[in-house]
Amino acid sequence: MTEMQTTTAAEGYVTADGRQIGGVLMDLKGITLRFGGVEAIKNISFDIRQGEIRAIIGPNGAGKSSMLNVISGFYVPQEGEVWFKGEKRGPMKPYEVARLGIARTFQNIALFDGMSVLDNIMTGRLNRMKAGFLSQAIWWGAAEREEIENRAAVERIIDFLEIQNIRKTPVGRLPYGLKKRVELARALAAEPGLLLLDEPMAGMNVEEKEDMSRFILDVNDEFGTTIALIEHDMGVVMDLSDRVVVMDYGRKIGDGTPDEVRNNQEVIDAYLGVAHD
Amino acid sequence: MTDRQSPAGEAESIPALLARNAARMGARPAYREKEFGVWQSWTWAETAEEVRAIALGFLVLGLKPGDHVAVIGRNRPAHYWSMIAAQMCGAVPVPLYQDAVAEEMAYVLGHSGARFVICGDQEQVDKVLEVQSMPDAPQTIEQIVYTDKRGMRKYDHSHMNALAHVQAEGRAAETRLGPELDARIAGLGYDDTCVMLYTSGTTGKPKGVVLSSRNIIETSKNTADFDHLTEGEEVLAYLPMAWVGDFIFSMGQAIWSGFTVNCPEGAHTMMTDLREIGPTYFFAPPRVFEGQLTNVMIRMEDAGRFKKWLFDHYMKVARRVGPAILDGETVGFGDRLAYALGNLFVYGPLKNTLGYSRIRVGYTAGEAIGPEIFDFYRSLGINLKQLYGQTEASVFITQQPDGQVRSDTVGVPSPGVELKIAENGEVFYRSPGTFVEYYNNPDSTASTKDAEGWVATGDAGFFEEGTGHLRIIDRAKDVGKMADGRMFAPKYVENKLKFYPNILEAVVIGNGRAYCTAMINIDLGAVGNWAERNNIAYASYQELAAHPQVYATIKSHVEEVNRSVAEDPMLSGCQVHRFLVLHKELDPDDGEMTRTRKVRRSVINEKFADLVSALYDGSPTVYTETEVTYEDGRKGHIKATLQIEDAQVFGEALQQKVAAE
Repeated sequence: MTEMQTTTAAEGYVTADGRQIGGVLMDLKGITLRFGGVEAIKNISFDIRQGEIRAIIGPNGAGKSSMLNVISGFYVPQEGEVWFKGEKRGPMKPYEVARLGIARTFQNIALFDGMSVLDNIMTGRLNRMKAGFLSQAIWWGAAEREEIENRAAVERIIDFLEIQNIRKTPVGRLPYGLKKRVELARALAAEPGLLLLDEPMAGMNVEEKEDMSRFILDVNDEFGTTIALIEHDMGVVMDLSDRVVVMDYGRKIGDGTPDEVRNNQEVIDAYLGVAHD
Repeated sequence: MTDRQSPAGEAESIPALLARNAARMGARPAYREKEFGVWQSWTWAETAEEVRAIALGFLVLGLKPGDHVAVIGRNRPAHYWSMIAAQMCGAVPVPLYQDAVAEEMAYVLGHSGARFVICGDQEQVDKVLEVQSMPDAPQTIEQIVYTDKRGMRKYDHSHMNALAHVQAEGRAAETRLGPELDARIAGLGYDDTCVMLYTSGTTGKPKGVVLSSRNIIETSKNTADFDHLTEGEEVLAYLPMAWVGDFIFSMGQAIWSGFTVNCPEGAHTMMTDLREIGPTYFFAPPRVFEGQLTNVMIRMEDAGRFKKWLFDHYMKVARRVGPAILDGETVGFGDRLAYALGNLFVYGPLKNTLGYSRIRVGYTAGEAIGPEIFDFYRSLGINLKQLYGQTEASVFITQQPDGQVRSDTVGVPSPGVELKIAENGEVFYRSPGTFVEYYNNPDSTASTKDAEGWVATGDAGFFEEGTGHLRIIDRAKDVGKMADGRMFAPKYVENKLKFYPNILEAVVIGNGRAYCTAMINIDLGAVGNWAERNNIAYASYQELAAHPQVYATIKSHVEEVNRSVAEDPMLSGCQVHRFLVLHKELDPDDGEMTRTRKVRRSVINEKFADLVSALYDGSPTVYTETEVTYEDGRKGHIKATLQIEDAQVFGEALQQKVAAE
């Protein structure tokens, strides 16, 4: 295995376009994940730093989505440790993950089809609503104040992602590319410190991909959100990300800047195949 | 009603009128903008404060009297305020079309020599920076100010500021620069330049039309009186800020009458915002009305049988008596009752859905509007009228008074406007709104405006006997002669074709030829819906346009038009003998249309020369490759083999082709 951590000093680094990347936000140490006899992830270690866009790539079945599920706390690895914000993380419930400031989007869109775009994004704010049941039911005092505050936050995201015109449209009626954007909006509504994107460009046309890339960069730039993403489209990954982890058959075969990864022989072999003689 | 000062008094500039409004109706809403899902509102007093802060900020940045300030962005209060602020500093605002590509912008920025550029967002800033980096670009731009901060953090800010920061600095500099600003405002004269607007230019480079405060304020005053506009009107500012109409409606008339200007959230939410605001005074090009009517009809096709019956029944009633009721004519009791019921069941809810519940005065102009479309809106009780105008006249040349509205005329001369018709049929006007000059272009100024102030409109028309209404036939230079000496007026036929919802655009060719032919653009909305209804699958615009059944439909439209053209003895030679359906939509980005969506005939004749010759050499099909420009400025090619169809002609036109062959 080739380790290429040359660009990352302990206190962070400066990217090619001049952004300051901070210290380690999440550290994955020796992760191994098994489903029965199948080893989906084999002893993988890498870190995600504050403010960076970190991509996980690899051919089909390489274990990317499993890795993302480990990061999100959905899967608990049999071996290895997950450190988040300097603390070792044990098994967690989904709402505990959300409270830690981790939000995600899904490869297969997981929105509420019958609800409007606005309401879907509002669900992303649920863990920020603290008013009691009674107060919510009669819509008075704290509940009303909270709703207005949260709606304002949601409107800022709607403005940011330029979806004002579909605010009140039921999600089920939207085209695929817009649904993906609404999913991103819902994830952003939770104001996450770490945003996980599972194939954000899958199935999109060129224009939709360009839009989505711009939004991802803008989210990172405007909100300082750390982003970990899985993506198939190599062009997109190489343009977007600061550092890339490459997986193949559950192993990590490369880790570094897009340029370093691009010139890594093992990565080239995994993507293009090797001649058997 | 607030009493208004005579323009000859102290209100001799837009900044002076703003001060007047702030003093007399300070608490009334002046501007609204929907942002973050809520309509934010500013009173006249608040507006005056905001504008003053921007003006002081401009002084901090070193704006000098006589400088040009380009404004590029969508309709937002901040952009209107920047224009007034520039005027306060003695500078001249120059609004530009925000959808123009960098090359187009380069010419206008260079020609105007703008030192300051106000950009709406990152996209516009990028274009301005691209212009600055062009090798032969004149480096006049010194300061860029942007309104939307998004994505701007990483830019080099040595000559760049956010508008909010400019305002903050302006507020801080009040004591230091306030007296200077007051002196500059006091120095504004009635004949000083108020604004410079670039004409879209169907031919050649755009020209900078210089309009004085006198032009704008006199025109606004006259026309506000004509339609009894008060400070209670609500308008929706959604048309390009670079267009003279928006400047008159959302700036001149708004500030003269003191009414409220509402800015939509964005271009794509315009229809929702229109419904929410329910303007009382509304302007739209025929395209908008056509689009809305098409949508209504498509949705009614999908409605249940009872609803459909109700709609059809009451629309019949409306068509019969609606226009008469609107014009205040005598209508029988039975009809009035039927109309009142129709209003309850159909017209009221429909108008509400369209956002037209409160319209008192509506105008359409720019292109001819189809009589059916025009009558549809009028029969609903919407006081839709036509006006005829151009940038050089500060919009208004003629307009229709209440009660004398028809789809085939453009009305009587606006107050203060004199009209005359030259021997060749060209319409000339002289008015208080007549422009001062074309900027840095004395030759064009002299050839357009004579010493006595008469301006050639470039349009051919005549006064209708009896009513005194003006009728426009076509552009004077487009009116030509066919090979047999008959009159050729392409626009006349094109308009008839475009009245069919399936046809978006048509170009009729025939000047100097034996017979006329046409290139037609289908309307993707209408034809796409028809295809869906009839289970016709298509993958692209191109494929749909080439579909045999689409051709058959268009052919029937062309033949109906021929039949109607044949009835006019003067123009019966303009019937379309052969036509083809174009494989791409005509697009301003490809230079085929102007930014205001007027067809550029010379460009089309040149670009589609292969198609034109195929239309005349009798070939049944033609292969063509066309260059297209994508939204991001990249170029591409599309290839197609187009079918050419013959259409039936009527009357004397039957001999034309025989003679040609």
